[in-house]
Amino acid sequence: MSDDQAPKDYKESFIHLEYQYTAGSATTTFLNQVKEGRLVGQSCPKCKAVYVPPRGSCPRCGIATSIEVPLTDKGCVESFTVVHIPIPGNPIVPPYVCAMIRLDEADISFLHLVQDIEIDQIRIGMRVQAVWKPKDEWTHSLENIKWFAPIDEPDVDVSTLRFKPS
Amino acid sequence: MKKVAVVGYAQHKILPNAGALNEVELIMPVVHKVFNDLGISQDDIGFTCSGSCDYLQGAAFAFVEGLSAIQTSPPIKESHVEMDAAWALYESMLKIKMGDADTALIYGFGKSSPGNLDSIISLQMDPYYISPLWPDRVSLAALQAQILLQQKIITHDEMMATVIEARNNAANNPNALLTDHVSEDLYQADSLISSPLRGFDCPPISDGASAMVIASEDKAFEFTDNPIWIEGIDHSIESSNLGSRDLATSPTIQNAITNLNLKNINFDVAELHTQFSHEVPFLRKLLNLTNVPTNLSGGPLVGNVMMCAGLDAIGKTFQSLVSDQSDHGIAHASSGPCLQHNMVVHLERHK
Repeated sequence: MSDDQAPKDYKESFIHLEYQYTAGSATTTFLNQVKEGRLVGQSCPKCKAVYVPPRGSCPRCGIATSIEVPLTDKGCVESFTVVHIPIPGNPIVPPYVCAMIRLDEADISFLHLVQDIEIDQIRIGMRVQAVWKPKDEWTHSLENIKWFAPIDEPDVDVSTLRFKPS
Repeated sequence: MKKVAVVGYAQHKILPNAGALNEVELIMPVVHKVFNDLGISQDDIGFTCSGSCDYLQGAAFAFVEGLSAIQTSPPIKESHVEMDAAWALYESMLKIKMGDADTALIYGFGKSSPGNLDSIISLQMDPYYISPLWPDRVSLAALQAQILLQQKIITHDEMMATVIEARNNAANNPNALLTDHVSEDLYQADSLISSPLRGFDCPPISDGASAMVIASEDKAFEFTDNPIWIEGIDHSIESSNLGSRDLATSPTIQNAITNLNLKNINFDVAELHTQFSHEVPFLRKLLNLTNVPTNLSGGPLVGNVMMCAGLDAIGKTFQSLVSDQSDHGIAHASSGPCLQHNMVVHLERHK
């Protein structure tokens, strides 16, 4: 009996669904700017908190954000983890570092990679700056930033990075 | 236990394709509207509960993103049902009855336009024997329609009359998606999608959101002069095995009639979560609503926001009782294939 004819005690049942994803108007604006190499957040008209990437609302106040705030591509590592387990389909070879990056003037952080530094040298509060892909590879994605790399500036005390008071 | 009343309800205009608007941008306006109507804010809400389906958005835990539409600071007590928001209402009502809260915000949202609804809905079926066959929602509904016609429980004419009436009623509903009139000739000329269902017998692909506020008897009159009391609410579900069900009747509806003691109540208005035309005469007969104005909003046949249309039936009944100053309303919400899971709500305006 060949392998093909051997009885199986399981059957794979694939699910494939296609969607036309809609980012929403705020995130669409953000992605259009990212394609041009700019990071633009939105601030809450009430509590002034700056969100990046913006989702179009301030969950603190429950109202729409509408004021656009240009941001630099510099910030600090608010928190990080070292990934040792390979993820299927992910081209990055472990170990590598995923970090929550808090851009200057932003009130929330987002997840990105930190490289160009030995893993055991990475620390919370470390100053970093975006390393961009070549301009001709830019798309509507935060992957236009390859990773964040350390810059020669003093560390930040992240406990001072509070949400702005309302 | 405390009595619970519906005090406010708001519905987004139902859209065929909300386009660039994401779920948060659909939810926020209706939550703001129901708060503004009542002159309250999230600070007045003791419990918040939403209803949605992550498969519609195609992302795990997508419902969490919906919370961005709500003021969540200071932290709120919050929950979610992966069901129609009618069941979010049920959970919220239990919270109030248990004394954990005095007020609740309920919202439901769904966009059917980004994906293939036929495929998505088939994933709610039994994952071993039925889902791998990818039965589409219209064919499943057609199974029940065929049985009801064969057993002469309903007629083709009743289905046609339901469609024509739904479109006529939609003229009074500013949020309806389909408002154009359908004539008998037009209906007869429509092609079959899955026998015996024609295109007109099926609901439109719809995007939208709705929000509702409920309150205990201690709080209701602080919010409105016209609270509508949830006099009774009951739900139960049949087997996920279609082959073991008798599709010519509904034990869950029968349960609700008994449990809520509905037999001797003269209802003034009814709103049924009937997505397909054959379900209207079927449920009207089961619930003894043949002479009761039913689906004056047009119902799901003129706008069917997934995970929201059941809450909308309750909301539209609430609005009818408030505006008509009538006494008894009955609302129905459903889930699963062929009316598998049914909720019946008896709403009452006390004199």
